Amino acid sequence: MLLNQFLFLAAVLFCIGVYGVLARRNAVLVLASIELMLNAVNINLVAFGAYRHNIAGQVFALFVITIAAAEVGVGLAIVVLIFRNRASIALDESDLMKG
Amino acid sequence: MVAQNVVFGILAAVMILSAWKVVTTKNVVRAVLYLVVVLAGAGAQYLLLAQEFIFVVQVIVYIGAIVVLFLFGTMLTRAPIGRDTDLDNDQKWLAALTALFLVGVMVAVLSDAFGNTHIKISGVQRTADVANSMFGPYLIPFEVVSVLLLAALVGAIAIARRD
Repeated sequence: MLLNQFLFLAAVLFCIGVYGVLARRNAVLVLASIELMLNAVNINLVAFGAYRHNIAGQVFALFVITIAAAEVGVGLAIVVLIFRNRASIALDESDLMKG
Repeated sequence: MVAQNVVFGILAAVMILSAWKVVTTKNVVRAVLYLVVVLAGAGAQYLLLAQEFIFVVQVIVYIGAIVVLFLFGTMLTRAPIGRDTDLDNDQKWLAALTALFLVGVMVAVLSDAFGNTHIKISGVQRTADVANSMFGPYLIPFEVVSVLLLAALVGAIAIARRD
């Protein structure tokens, strides 16, 4: 297997995630797109780990998974709080800080 | 090697298609369920690279826990379940342009850097090696990550509770 096929797959997934973050207005779906991006990074880490016969790639992918779990927990708590205060999670309506 | 490449191709096609559906479908619950397909596909890719432990963690943590959190988030924010709504904002084309530009840059750089590099898999990665590495050289990052997870847990409860 080529190393590049995994890297290309990860690049495409990452960019789909970027598109989702930029184009979605539902906060839950923006968090889901961030998960796509983090997963692409994990594929990269694991592919490099397999290529170099080094365990570090897998260990750091585990760290990224942990941080993704923490991020989703806090992110969804914030989304629920926004929904409770404003009855909407559309991100373009959360514009209190707009000048 | 040929069989592995065929499996990779099928998985990659399914993953990219599902990821595209995650960011384009007009139904929140369906988007989250397509996310499950992408995450499972990533797990299968880890298996293809003979890295077993991370595959198990991917299934348990991502598909088991994070997706359930997403479904709870969808439910608690009273998303219109089963009904199609407009979930995109008006900068869709700019976002598509940015993503296309980014993927172009990445593919160009990667094919320049790793044009013909092959992965040679020599047996399955043992879980004991992961454990030795995690509780050996990476002990301090491991502890930092555990404290971070605890802080995030406490923070999430403190943010979301009613008082």
